[in-house]
Amino acid sequence: MATLLHWLLDETPTSRLQARLGRHARVALALTRNPLAVIGLIIVALLLVSALAAPLIATYDPVAQDLARRLLPPSAAHWMGTDELGRDIWSRTVFGSRITLTIVLLVAIIAAPLGLVVGAVAGYFGGWCDRILMGVTDIFLSMPKLILALAFVAALGPGIQNAIIAIAIATWPSYARIARAETLTIRHSEFISAIRLQGASATRVILRHILPLCASSMIIRVTLDMAGIILTAAGLGFIGLGAQPPLPEWGAMISRGRNFILDQWWVSTMPGLAIVTVGLGFCFLGDGLRDVLDPKQAGKP
Amino acid sequence: MRRVLREESVRLSQDPQTEPPHAPRRSPAALRRGARAAAIDLGSVLVALALTFLGLLAITFVIGRVVPIDPVVAVVGDRAPLAVYEKARAEMGLDRPLLVQFAAYVGHVARGDLGLSVSTGNTVAADLRRVFPATLEVATLGILIGVLLGVPMGVLAASRQGSLTDQLIRVVGLLGYAVPAFWLGLVGLAVFYAHYRWVSGPGRIDVYFDGAVEPRTGLLLIDSLLAGDIEVFGNALSHILLPAAVLGFFSLAYIGRMTRSFMLDQLSQEFITTARVKGVPEWRVIWRHAFKPIRVPLITVVGLSYAGLLEGSVMIETIFAWPGIGNYLTTALLNADMNAVLGSTLVVGAIFIGINKMSDLLYRLLDPRAR
Amino acid sequence: MTAPLLDIENLRVTFPTSTGPVDVVRGLSFALGRERLGIVGESGSGKSMTGRAILRLVRPPGRVTADRLHFDGIDLLAQSPRRMRLIRGARISMVMQDPKFSLNPVMTIGAQIAEAVLTHERVSRVDLHSRVVAMLEAVRIDDPDRVAALYPHEVSGGMGQRVMIAMMLIPQPDVLIADEPTSALDGSVQAQVLDIINEQITSKGMGLILISHDLNMVASYCERILVMYRGEVVEECRADALADARHPYTRGLLAAMPHIDETRDELPVLDRRAWTTP
Repeated sequence: MATLLHWLLDETPTSRLQARLGRHARVALALTRNPLAVIGLIIVALLLVSALAAPLIATYDPVAQDLARRLLPPSAAHWMGTDELGRDIWSRTVFGSRITLTIVLLVAIIAAPLGLVVGAVAGYFGGWCDRILMGVTDIFLSMPKLILALAFVAALGPGIQNAIIAIAIATWPSYARIARAETLTIRHSEFISAIRLQGASATRVILRHILPLCASSMIIRVTLDMAGIILTAAGLGFIGLGAQPPLPEWGAMISRGRNFILDQWWVSTMPGLAIVTVGLGFCFLGDGLRDVLDPKQAGKP
Repeated sequence: MRRVLREESVRLSQDPQTEPPHAPRRSPAALRRGARAAAIDLGSVLVALALTFLGLLAITFVIGRVVPIDPVVAVVGDRAPLAVYEKARAEMGLDRPLLVQFAAYVGHVARGDLGLSVSTGNTVAADLRRVFPATLEVATLGILIGVLLGVPMGVLAASRQGSLTDQLIRVVGLLGYAVPAFWLGLVGLAVFYAHYRWVSGPGRIDVYFDGAVEPRTGLLLIDSLLAGDIEVFGNALSHILLPAAVLGFFSLAYIGRMTRSFMLDQLSQEFITTARVKGVPEWRVIWRHAFKPIRVPLITVVGLSYAGLLEGSVMIETIFAWPGIGNYLTTALLNADMNAVLGSTLVVGAIFIGINKMSDLLYRLLDPRAR
Repeated sequence: MTAPLLDIENLRVTFPTSTGPVDVVRGLSFALGRERLGIVGESGSGKSMTGRAILRLVRPPGRVTADRLHFDGIDLLAQSPRRMRLIRGARISMVMQDPKFSLNPVMTIGAQIAEAVLTHERVSRVDLHSRVVAMLEAVRIDDPDRVAALYPHEVSGGMGQRVMIAMMLIPQPDVLIADEPTSALDGSVQAQVLDIINEQITSKGMGLILISHDLNMVASYCERILVMYRGEVVEECRADALADARHPYTRGLLAAMPHIDETRDELPVLDRRAWTTP
């Protein structure tokens, strides 16, 4: 173990692999020194575990109704109580993590590459290309995200799939901005000139050399945005435009508990706590990642 | 809402053009010289504003077209003969090229015509005029709470960087990103209304007082004061307090975090050391030397936060049965009342963009070196 | 020598790092009377930290300790923050490196100088203005009324540094610490700024600590010189006896300086092995 660590942190790596692994090891080490980041990492890991192993963790069938046991308060049998149809809230919350994880992952997979490419192309080519692409980006950026997503879902029809598309549409512009800013700073650097002199095409320069350099700021940003994406998704679910019943989506669960909030508080409160925990987890992790990967921005909001 | 604020905030702190919170002021002579540049700035901001509005219109237009419901069928019914269908389609202008249709749409909106609402039977414009003051009132009270608590919190956290107070304020700031507004509203109702009875429940006012004061501004707090009716004022206040506090929490989290970061930036500057070398007392170092230069960027932050609250109220109005634009929009969404949905989207979007650009402009006017 | 203004013994400034605490100033001792003392050293030698430690302006997590840190009989390390503020500016002042950063960008020059007075004295508006104008004149600023109304970024670096000097001298302190006062300035105005400092110090009989990396400059403006290396004083001598310096580091520095009648093709590079123990 000690020799492995020594090999990883070697100041003079002898191979590319060693250098790359060493870099990751340093990031990981620095992360573990930041207590909030560790908490965030644990929360995100728990989210992953509960999504992957939901059937093992859940104590009941998340959609099985039992009207005889409706609206029971939290107890040893039902850790988070039961809802108005007698379903176990703990099991529903656990299965809900699958929906949440699916949404954030898909939004990130759609929005981040889209923004990355738009931004890198705009920054690399400059001129009119830049003006048009960034003009469109700025228009999207100055729109209120939630309203935009709401309107899109209204047009596309409710459901998880459309919610994901709508959130992705509202999210990509900020990634385009970051990618453009990063591209501008490296576009004129010597090594890019050298690669171009070797005859590399624009596509190759962007794909192989510029995009990888945007990656770290992108990872930070996507992590920080995760909380926002979760909130928007939950908001759509809450209004009834996201995941449809009987899916145990957290926002929709809160919405169902609205009518009982005054007497059976747990129906709404429990899934809300899940959202807050996961959201905070991503925030902590994102903040920690930024401190490690981008020290000059450390402490910034 | 919070995600928007985060994006804007990062732009604010990364964009070199808006970066320096300590951007120097100019002497009167230099200010006059800068006046022409400011006028050019004004022009470019206005052009950008117009383009953004046009973009917003384009988005609502496109959304209106991709709706799976055929608007012609909605009018003539799905059993109408083809000839009737075609005639209605032509009357509605839907056979013309998209660009012409878009121009017509822009023309309608420019005249304030947002169409009829299917669910209320009124014009959407009239509906929006009716519901808007309620949203304005709660968002304004929210931003007041946010500024009055958020700014001192940020300053306090920065002046005690690393202390327990600082950590606590940081966590509050992050909670602003992680807590769903609608959930916080529900929990607030359960705790402060149902359990402690500190505040009144949903709605703007008790039914008993409904229509008790003449609606002059549409803002109940102000109307009741104008009418001199303290009882109504008190009742309205007890209703608005909780929703405004929920909105205020999100704005204080954001404003507090931004203030803290601006202050930390300032406190690490060399001129702060200079002030300390002179023997200037610490409160004066903080408020006069460090805080004064960040007032201008803070205006931008408050503007962004305010715009965010208008949007955020969409989520919480249904919780509090608050008869504002958010409630109107969500009701319209559930009734598939597309004119009302697009009209509300347009209005909230336009206000959002307007406040956004206005704070941007204000920043440049107050701080000629910002550009 | 009569009782010195500053009496420092075994001064240490420590910063914690991820690899344990690091001393940036280690066991510095010296005394300062109403004289001009130069502290010379390369970057990182701890000379600037010494200046800040005297004013107790080393920011946490940095820590300052000393067996003795006395100013005019006052134990500086024992003073409360409030009492320390009464000493800063009024009794000990400091001119910092770059006026671009050390002047508040959103206060007029006049207001910043006035603040230095108002922090320590109650003065009428009229008196205050005339004192600010007189002080600006004393640092050779023409048209002081106009300059007082300007913001720092509207004046040149040289003028900014003269403003800084005016601001630091207006409460009439006993000791002035000048931390690299000319290294951010153009060559042409460096001498002027130093002359102004020199003139003010000698006419008021103050003590001066001139911190610099420029051995020649310090030698021509100071009576005594401390040479610092890695947080320690390696040489202490009179300015006119610099040629007799013993320590290999000082000798190395002297040898590395070009002369007007230079015959060497290459200047020698410091050989640090000569004095660092392995």
